[in-house]
Amino acid sequence: MEASKKPVLYSYFRSSCSWRVRIALALKGIAYDQAPVNLVKDGGQQLSPEFFSVNPMRQVPALKIDGVTLSQSLAIIEYLEETRPNPRILPQDPKKRAQVRIISDVIASGIQPLQNLSILQQVGDKKLEWAQLCISGGFKALEQILQETSGRYCVGDEVSMADLCLVPQVYNAERYKVDLAPYPTLRRINKALLELEEFQTSHPSRQPDTPPELRA
Amino acid sequence: MCAALVKPVLYSYFRSSCSWRVRIALALKGIAYDQAPVNLVKDGGQQLSPEFFSVNPMRQVPALKIDGVTLSQSLAIIEYLEETRPNPRILPQDPKKRAQVRIISDVIASGIQPLQNLSILQQVGDKKLEWAQLCISGGFKALEQILQETSGRYCVGDEVSMADLCLVPQVYNAERYKVDLAPYPTLRRINKALLELEEFQTSHPSRQPDTPPELRA
Repeated sequence: MEASKKPVLYSYFRSSCSWRVRIALALKGIAYDQAPVNLVKDGGQQLSPEFFSVNPMRQVPALKIDGVTLSQSLAIIEYLEETRPNPRILPQDPKKRAQVRIISDVIASGIQPLQNLSILQQVGDKKLEWAQLCISGGFKALEQILQETSGRYCVGDEVSMADLCLVPQVYNAERYKVDLAPYPTLRRINKALLELEEFQTSHPSRQPDTPPELRA
Repeated sequence: MCAALVKPVLYSYFRSSCSWRVRIALALKGIAYDQAPVNLVKDGGQQLSPEFFSVNPMRQVPALKIDGVTLSQSLAIIEYLEETRPNPRILPQDPKKRAQVRIISDVIASGIQPLQNLSILQQVGDKKLEWAQLCISGGFKALEQILQETSGRYCVGDEVSMADLCLVPQVYNAERYKVDLAPYPTLRRINKALLELEEFQTSHPSRQPDTPPELRA
């Protein structure tokens, strides 16, 4: 009986897209099992024929839940919001919902895909400069947007899907040595979010597949 | 002046696939609007001007001035239109079907288009055709699998949805970059069916105020 099976999240400890969904599951108090997918080992486990039948885009995250398999982190999060609406992670007002989606899409379409693993592998030698270019361009825009929309968090004072996208992208920025000095609003919000338990338990340093040398 | 009396303004480029998604949505929902063309190539790229930065700090089209606010990011715009002008609907009511629509939309809007948009191709330089073909065919291979499960007449069942708004412009890009579409029969079938609809024709890149004469339908 499918209702008694826990959801299964295909995840990689350091995948920012997977982290977004881990935060959402934590915020909504949804217990789940993790099926780690190592993006580097064995030539990339996401490239196996078995994983193609889980997600033909050959990416994490993917979530088995309610008898279906979902992919694309924001589509997963919107599904969780619609089926487990409490606590909410999208505001009720359509204009505020749009703000949350704009910020989320700036990150999920405008920044992350340009600096994900498969693209960096194509870029080769100049990968650090490329990642820095992609991220800083997007963060410059985000800083402007967040100055208008933010309260304690990205949009007002409640945690939203935008915050779930922000923290993992800042983690990537730090990993690629992006100078964050020009983005004070972004830094303030990121710091406030990292104090929340759900952003800590879902952190890359605390996952079942975190390598020992990176474990918190 | 009362915001309700001012027509929405869409910042758009005739050949921008992301702008085309929103043009289709506005057409489907019968929303009259004005276009403010932004030429992505002329003048070094009009989207890079300081004036346009205050419209959209991501320096991209589309952006939509509506209801006293300025929205960016095509899918965020479309979801806003859906929530505020719910008829006709372009997202199903069932959450699992809505998820299918969003998955297909995001595969295109996050997984394919950003990797082959103008600014990235400019960075890639010489190998831009091969790069574009690689990005698009990888995503289309996945889409073909997904669509075999989800499609009826259109991407998800038999009703036009946000997924269809994303598909047609991406196929247009694929044809522009000479991607071989033979391996994707489901995708081709759906694209063909959608292009028969008036809203996908009136919004077509060949029919826009800023379409160059040599590309005009």
